[in-house]
Amino acid sequence: MSLDAATVRRIAKLARIRVRDEEVATLQGELNAILGYVEQLAEVNVEGVEPLSGGMRMALRSRADELTDGGMAEKILANAPDRIGNFFAVPKVVE
Amino acid sequence: MSVFDLTIAGAARALRAREISAVELAAAYNAAVEALNPRLNAYITPTPELALEQARAADRRLAGGGATPLTGIPIAMKDLFCTEGVRTTAASKILGNFVPPYESTVSARLKAAGAVMLGKANLDEFAMGSSNLTSAFGPVESPWKRHGAEARLAPGGSSGGSAAAVAARIALAATGTDTGGSIRQPAAFTGIAGIKPTYGRCSRFGVVAFASSLDQPGPMARNVEDNALMLSVMSGFDEKDSTSADRAVPDFTQALHRSVKGLKIGVPAEYRLEGTNPEILALWEQGIAWLRAEGAEIRDISLPHTKYGLPAYYIIAPAEASSNLARYDGVRYGLRVEGEDLIDLYERTRAEGFGAEVKRRILIGTYVLSHGYYDAYYLKAQKIRSLILRDFTDAFMEVDAILTPTAPSAAFGLDETMTDPLTMYLNDVFTVPASLAGVPAMSVPAGLSAAGLPLGLQVIGRHFDEETVFTVAAALERAAQFSALPQVRAE
Repeated sequence: MSLDAATVRRIAKLARIRVRDEEVATLQGELNAILGYVEQLAEVNVEGVEPLSGGMRMALRSRADELTDGGMAEKILANAPDRIGNFFAVPKVVE
Repeated sequence: MSVFDLTIAGAARALRAREISAVELAAAYNAAVEALNPRLNAYITPTPELALEQARAADRRLAGGGATPLTGIPIAMKDLFCTEGVRTTAASKILGNFVPPYESTVSARLKAAGAVMLGKANLDEFAMGSSNLTSAFGPVESPWKRHGAEARLAPGGSSGGSAAAVAARIALAATGTDTGGSIRQPAAFTGIAGIKPTYGRCSRFGVVAFASSLDQPGPMARNVEDNALMLSVMSGFDEKDSTSADRAVPDFTQALHRSVKGLKIGVPAEYRLEGTNPEILALWEQGIAWLRAEGAEIRDISLPHTKYGLPAYYIIAPAEASSNLARYDGVRYGLRVEGEDLIDLYERTRAEGFGAEVKRRILIGTYVLSHGYYDAYYLKAQKIRSLILRDFTDAFMEVDAILTPTAPSAAFGLDETMTDPLTMYLNDVFTVPASLAGVPAMSVPAGLSAAGLPLGLQVIGRHFDEETVFTVAAALERAAQFSALPQVRAE
């Protein structure tokens, strides 16, 4: 499978990364080289093999559903690029 | 002998005997950082005042009792560990001004043991790279030189700042993180030792995430014993990390003096890649001979899916990265570039904030997870990951540890790097399989190339059997007697 320029733009849109027109061709070449390299996985027979999502088969722990912290709005907002009171501020999204 | 010749174990003895104070040690290291860092760029953010403050506290503890082997030991912290009140950048422009309001578990454990933080070490951006060339804060220069040559060399990556700092003796030890080789490959390139523990051994809480199913913190230090001292403190269960292992942490130093006599050591046929540098193969043979001479039993083994490790990794790691890095949106913290609307703000922020390699990986990850391609790429890669784990599980029915080279070559030059990202990925060909399987693996300096650059051997062990890894690594270290020092170093 090889990516065309339109697909590169579509992926960039999905990833929310602005790509300039002159970057598309370079990215297309680089991404296709990587995809070409991973293409060799096609030769492995994985019939009946369970996918592995982590370094070993482990059951995830769960903890009691109770409050463990809170009341730290100032800490959470300390790095905010923009804020209004105890809220993160962003450009208007609803007209 | 100067303070820069000390190991952690030696410095701890000198501190306890009050032959030197923690403040004197920290001041000496601060001065060395100030002198050498402008050239090496191993630290993004030196923290000399914090180091002195922590050293004063260490001196009080050394006088009053309750000191640990790390009390007063000056270390570098990879700038991927969140440190409360100290800027943490992940070597990315997007986190260039981020000051965490909390502390990572691993750095908190080191702090509690009394370690002294000299600064935040440089790395590849978001730990994505094998050269330290992708840092938004500039590359790190390795303190090593080829015989008779002045070319600036790469320290490897992603923990390249940590490696260069330890090798150049502007830190006694350092923290690293390893996702596909990011502790082991730079350790090999700079003539130091480093271990990627079993996945789950060290908490990931507060470590800026790259690929969560692979990321694992670990130590880097001048020798195997110092790694054992560091890892004993860094390890342990943490309820804040859902994949943290709830099991007892042994005193890893106890494993160092056990004999390898009778241990079965596997030598995997598939690591003998065509075109591998003959120097690397000769070193591997030497390592085999050393262990055999100590009474270990050498077995030829097969890890049949080895060659698929790297391509599977380059699907899985970018997939997880694309998801993890979705959080950098210019809203809650980090860089913001204003736009016409919210989407435009996201897109401009991320275009401006991420470097080229990070963008490539996010885009690959987004593609392999996207509708219609998920099964063909991501699910397939996860199945291959199963097969790679099975390779190791089968091998460890027969052997106690596996010996391989750490990297396919010695360090390359900062100006000799490839324009093709794929060539760079091949650096990790020997380290990625252990990452995918989650097993512990350590690089030990074992010799020099003809050009005078360090080469490392890798010891891989069973899940949660770091002790055998340390036993074998210590035996290799004793046999190798590696004592070469880089040309650029504190003295």
